[in-house]
Amino acid sequence: MIKDQQIAILAEGLGKRYRLGQRARYMTLRESLSKALTAPLRAMHLADRGESDIGQGMRDDHIWAVKDVSFTVKRGEVVGIIGPNGSGKSTLLRILSRVTQPTEGFAEMRGNVRSLLEVGTGFHPELTGRDNIHLNGAILGMKRREVLKKFDDIVAFAGVERFIDTPVKHYSSGMYVRLAFAVGAYLDPEILIVDEVLAVGDYDFQLKCFGKMNEIANEGRTILVVSHNMASIINLCSRAILLRQGKIVKDGPVSEVIAEYVSGSMTGGGEVIWPDVATAPGTETVRFHSVRLLTEEGVCTSEHDISKDIVLQMRWWNLKEGAKIYSALHLKDHQGITVLAASNMPSTVIKPDRWWNSNHPCGLYESTCRIPGNFLNEGMYSITPIIGTNASHTEVLLEKALGFRVHDSGEMRKEYGGVWDGVVRIRLDWETKPLQEEP
Amino acid sequence: MALHGKQLGAGDSSGETQAYARRVSIRPIQGWHFLEWREIWAHRELLWVFAWREIKVRYKQTLLGIVWAMLQPFLTMIVFSVVFGHFGKIPSDGVPYPLFTFAALLAWQVFAFGLTQSSSSLVANQQLLTKIYFPRIIIPIAAVLPGFLDFAFASLVFIGLMVYYGVVPTMTIVMLPVFVLLAAIAALSIGLWLSAINVRYRDVRHLLPFLTQLWFYGTPIAYSTSIVPERWHLLFGLNPMVGVVDGFRWALLGAGPFPFRLLLLSLLVTGGLLLGGLVYFTHSEGSFADTV
Repeated sequence: MIKDQQIAILAEGLGKRYRLGQRARYMTLRESLSKALTAPLRAMHLADRGESDIGQGMRDDHIWAVKDVSFTVKRGEVVGIIGPNGSGKSTLLRILSRVTQPTEGFAEMRGNVRSLLEVGTGFHPELTGRDNIHLNGAILGMKRREVLKKFDDIVAFAGVERFIDTPVKHYSSGMYVRLAFAVGAYLDPEILIVDEVLAVGDYDFQLKCFGKMNEIANEGRTILVVSHNMASIINLCSRAILLRQGKIVKDGPVSEVIAEYVSGSMTGGGEVIWPDVATAPGTETVRFHSVRLLTEEGVCTSEHDISKDIVLQMRWWNLKEGAKIYSALHLKDHQGITVLAASNMPSTVIKPDRWWNSNHPCGLYESTCRIPGNFLNEGMYSITPIIGTNASHTEVLLEKALGFRVHDSGEMRKEYGGVWDGVVRIRLDWETKPLQEEP
Repeated sequence: MALHGKQLGAGDSSGETQAYARRVSIRPIQGWHFLEWREIWAHRELLWVFAWREIKVRYKQTLLGIVWAMLQPFLTMIVFSVVFGHFGKIPSDGVPYPLFTFAALLAWQVFAFGLTQSSSSLVANQQLLTKIYFPRIIIPIAAVLPGFLDFAFASLVFIGLMVYYGVVPTMTIVMLPVFVLLAAIAALSIGLWLSAINVRYRDVRHLLPFLTQLWFYGTPIAYSTSIVPERWHLLFGLNPMVGVVDGFRWALLGAGPFPFRLLLLSLLVTGGLLLGGLVYFTHSEGSFADTV
């Protein structure tokens, strides 16, 4: 049991409920008024609580972005919060930063809290670097004299001395984020809340940011940090909390929690199934049954380790006796750029697929494709499975049917902790040899 | 574990007090509650920072900058003087018509600017609302403040006009700041309502120009309150700007008697709107970040 005075953050049963699509739309007054006329009390009541049911008509379109979240953080602890997209990480930070209110539960922050949910909040392009430092500093909670005291350090950290009196709209994007991060880096809080802002700027600057965060951590500040970069979580944090679907799945030493996250044993997410042949995507000839992403060990998940193989498994029905069928896929990165296109045609595969373009009797088939480990970089990718006939005719193409994330477990980057560019990350043959002794 | 239920969101960042002495409780806010004065006070610096940003940005990209604040009422005054003063022969309570209408335009400028800016302020700052905590009410209040600067510059034009017409101000002028403040508070009282409503219903954007225009004609700017029949004064005076404009004319030009009844009405209406606005605003601010 932790002693009461050692606690910096205390959260008990925190929950946050959103109406689906709440953040995406707002109503017109007319919609609300007409609704209010038909059901005055209910509509008014709901509208007041930001939970209007206008246009949906149902009460079950709510989701809990965060639910039953309880934990305590000791003073000086650096805790990483990890989890897949939409698992409630950012919502949790927003609640603890008091940007949004919890729907239920309770939390207490002991010490002054400063949050960096985004770099450069409130930056105005028309204002100079100097003005924006003052502006951003004040917005982040610094007093004017505090900003003045740290001004030179901030400017030096960002490396924008020459442009400090230039409007930031003339800055390069690199200079802009450097300045924006620099203000945040000098916040000097007792409790710091950071959401995914470490990955800004170029390689050198990232190392600098990283060093700064480490420095803050070593000064005994309490830090709560969200990042998708497992390498930086490993290096920065001693403890991690894994969230899935708004709930804490695991809370403990950083290496164990990351292992749990990467193994993905608790998730679904790696599959789509169409149980009814009649409505499954496809044609008169072929229809999909299911598409799955599996780990080397055969676990179905959308979270994959950078060093392990990813197995794409497609099951499909052949509905036409004797059809000549092939399977293929497109693999795209998060920007939609096709990393690779592949099919089971004999000249492109390692081992010929006996069923490629041969006469298929009616029935259910399974095609698998193995994407090797140590090949994709960390990040988000999508799979577009394709079934075609007669070697070239596409019957059915499921655009981005499955998304998945490749995690950097640290296996392929033991010597470096920053962000690693590139769509792919493969092992290459490197060799350096001395040629002569003196120049 | 000690739960400090009554410290609802209080006490953050109020200067360098004892480390870890500050505790901020976070819990769902249920039902009605009122302003957290201590929080607003602790964040008072932001008020100036926001107002300062607004002023700086406004004049960054304009050629004439602050001159606009003088040009707008000046040109309006000329048009009104020609159309209503010269052609329409509208009575101006015994002072030169240009002065008569300009005094009202000064009051109107503070009001209209404050109303427009504060009403759209929350939506204009949605990035801040979703990323940073601070008492939300600071945004609409800060939006009204640059209006005072405009007022100061437009007043220079008024002084020029007084010199030109050889009108000497009386002691009543000391009351002017009260009326300026009243105009700004009237603007804020509506701005609180509209800014909070605007977060959820963007209709406010369409309503606003229309509302200001109607309001303009419902306010004695081109004409005098004295041409409105006495029996309509109670209804007329429900527009809080009627009392304010008459107050401006009285303070600046000594025109007419002290508009006691209209001002009282104006104060009551403004007070009511402000109180309601504060309650509505604080009630809905919890969901701003989720709905904006």
